[in-house]
Amino acid sequence: MSRTLLPYLRLEAFPTPFCSGCGHGILLGAVVRAVNKAGLDWNKLLFASGIGCAAWIPSPHFAADTLHTLHGRPIAFGTGAYLANKSLKVIVISGDGDLSAIGGNHLIHAARRNLPLTVICANNSIYGMTGGQAAPTTPCDAFTQTTPWAGGEPPFDLCRLVEGAGAKYIARHTVFQIRQLINVMSKALVFDGFSFIEVISPCPTHFGKLNAISSLGDFRARLKEIYIDKRRLDKLTASERQNKFPTGELTAL
Amino acid sequence: MRPTIERVKSPIPPGNYFLMGDDAAADGAIVAGCNFFAGYPITPASELMVRIVHRLKEFGGEFIQMEDEIGSICAMIGASWAGARAMTATSGPGFSLMMEGIGYAAFTETPLVVVDIQRAGPATGQATRPGSGDVLQVKYGSHGDYEIIAFSPWSVQEMFDLTAAAFNYAEAYRVPVFVMADESVGHLHEKVAIPDTVERWRRPTQPGAQPFDTDDPDGVPSMPAFGQGEKLLITGSTHNGLGFRKTQDSSVHSRLVKRLVQKIRNAADNIAQSQAYYTEEVEILFVAYGFSARAALNVVHNLRRAGVKAGLFRPITLWPFPEKALLSIASQARFIIAPEMNWGQMAREIERILHRPVISIPQVNGEGMKPETIFAALKAQSLVNL
Repeated sequence: MSRTLLPYLRLEAFPTPFCSGCGHGILLGAVVRAVNKAGLDWNKLLFASGIGCAAWIPSPHFAADTLHTLHGRPIAFGTGAYLANKSLKVIVISGDGDLSAIGGNHLIHAARRNLPLTVICANNSIYGMTGGQAAPTTPCDAFTQTTPWAGGEPPFDLCRLVEGAGAKYIARHTVFQIRQLINVMSKALVFDGFSFIEVISPCPTHFGKLNAISSLGDFRARLKEIYIDKRRLDKLTASERQNKFPTGELTAL
Repeated sequence: MRPTIERVKSPIPPGNYFLMGDDAAADGAIVAGCNFFAGYPITPASELMVRIVHRLKEFGGEFIQMEDEIGSICAMIGASWAGARAMTATSGPGFSLMMEGIGYAAFTETPLVVVDIQRAGPATGQATRPGSGDVLQVKYGSHGDYEIIAFSPWSVQEMFDLTAAAFNYAEAYRVPVFVMADESVGHLHEKVAIPDTVERWRRPTQPGAQPFDTDDPDGVPSMPAFGQGEKLLITGSTHNGLGFRKTQDSSVHSRLVKRLVQKIRNAADNIAQSQAYYTEEVEILFVAYGFSARAALNVVHNLRRAGVKAGLFRPITLWPFPEKALLSIASQARFIIAPEMNWGQMAREIERILHRPVISIPQVNGEGMKPETIFAALKAQSLVNL
C-alpha cells in the first residue's frame, strides 16, 4: 500500500486477523483507496459494521470513527447516526450473512428509504467466523457445515434484491477486479442516495475446504465462471446464464 | 466524570396543561432537549410517537419510523454517538425486541431513553390493557451483567417530569434510562405543570480522553461524538479504554463489567428516588409503584380514617431500588403489602431487600389496580376487619 495511505490505518491493529487467501484484506485496501479517490474527509466518515469476518475490515483497522454493532444491525445504527449528524458519510461494511440474513430487513428498508448510506457487502457465500455454515448467498450445489450433502436453498442475488427495494446505485465485482472495484466504490461514496456494492470475496478456509477448492488460483477461476461482466452475460442464452451473476455497474440512476 | 449542567428556558410555553400521559412524556422529552426519536407503532405507546413527530418538527430534531423495534433501538444508539439526545417509546413486544440493543447500549455506555408503556403480557397479550409485567425484564432482559436506571411514573405529571429527568440521568451516567409507565398512566388525562426553566445535564466530554475507561471514582468516562476527529472505536465486544476489542483478556472483561455495574450501584443513593405517605407511625406498609400506588394510597387514606396505621412507600426509581429509604421505614411496620399489576415481580425484590416475608397482591387481569382489590386481599388475609 502506498505510504500516503498509511495515516488512514490504525497500524497498531495490523496484521489483520484474516486467513491467508481471504479476499477481505484486498477489500480493506480497496476501500481506503476508494475513499481517497472520492476525496472524502476521514474525520467525517463513520464506518459501521455488524458481526462476522467482514465486520472486522473497518473495525479496528481504519483510522476513522468505527462502530462495530450487533449482528445484522449496522445499517440501522448508521441510519440513526446519519440523521443525527448529516455531515457524516456513513459507510457500512459487513458480510452477506450479516446484511442479507439476520439484517435483511434493514437492508431493503435502507434501499427503499434512499438515505445516502453506502453499503459494501463482502460476500464470501458462507458464514466464515462461525466455521462455515450455509448463508442466504450459498450456491445450491455448495457444501457447507449445515448443508453437508449440498442441495441447499436457492441463494439471493443481492444486487437484484436491493434494486427491487429501490436502490439507485448498485455495482458488483470480485476482489480480483481491484481497479473496477475501487472505481465503483468511489462513485458509490459520493452518490446522492443509497448505494450498494457487492464484493465477491473468496473464503478458502471454509468454503474452499468444504468444496475442494485447493488453491486461490482455482478459487479465482471458479469465481470467474460465476461472476461475469454484465455485457458478456447479456449475450449468453438463458440456460447459459443459469447460476451466473453479472458484474460491473448494474444500476446508476 | 461529572456532566455539564445548564439551565434553559422551556421550549414549550410554561403553564398548566390538561394532557394524556403519553403526550406528557413526549413534551417532557422535548423540554429535556430530545432531538432524535426512532420508533415503531405499537399500542399503547403510539400516541407518544405521534405527538413527538409534530414536536420535533416544531422545535427541531429528527424523527424516523424504523422497520421494527430492533431498528429503532439501533438507530438511537447510532444517533446518540452522533451527539443526539435520543429516545423511543414502545410496549411489551417491542420492548422484548429491543433487549439485545439495550445490552449493547449498556455495554458501550450509550445514553438513551426508552419509554415503555407497559401492557398486559406475555406475548401479544392484551394490547390495549395495562400491566406492569416488564419491571424485571427492564433490569434483567438482556444477557450478561449490567445496570440500568428505571423510573416508574404514577401520574401524568410524572410522565412529564420523569421522562425529562431520564435524559439527564442517561447523559450523566452514560446508561440507558427507562420510563416504565403502563397503559393506565399512559392514557390517563390529568393536569400537568410545565416549568419556566429546566436543567439539562450533558455527557462529560474531554477531547482525547479514553471513552471506555476512567480512573475517576464515579466510573463515568468521557463521551465524544462521531465527526469530531476522535477516531472512535465502538464495539459490543469486550473492549479496553480506547475501544479495542479484547475478547480473550479476562482482566479487561472483569474490569469493564465491574465498572459498568458499580458506576450505577455506587451512585444508587444519588439516583434512587421514593416518596413516603403516612409512614411516621405505620403498622401496615404498602410498597407500590406506578398506577398500583394510586390504588394503594386510596386504601391508606381509608384505613387511616378508620384508625388503622397504614402507610405507603412508593419507589419512583425501580432500578436502582431505593433500598435505604425502604429499610428505614419498613423496620417499624408489622406487615409489608405489595400490590402490583403483575404476578408479584417486585414483591420478591422487596423481600430480598427486607429479609422478611412480603404479602404480595398480584394482579394479572389486564386492568388497572383498584382499591377494592387491595381491600379484598387484606380481608382475605384477615389483616383488616372493616
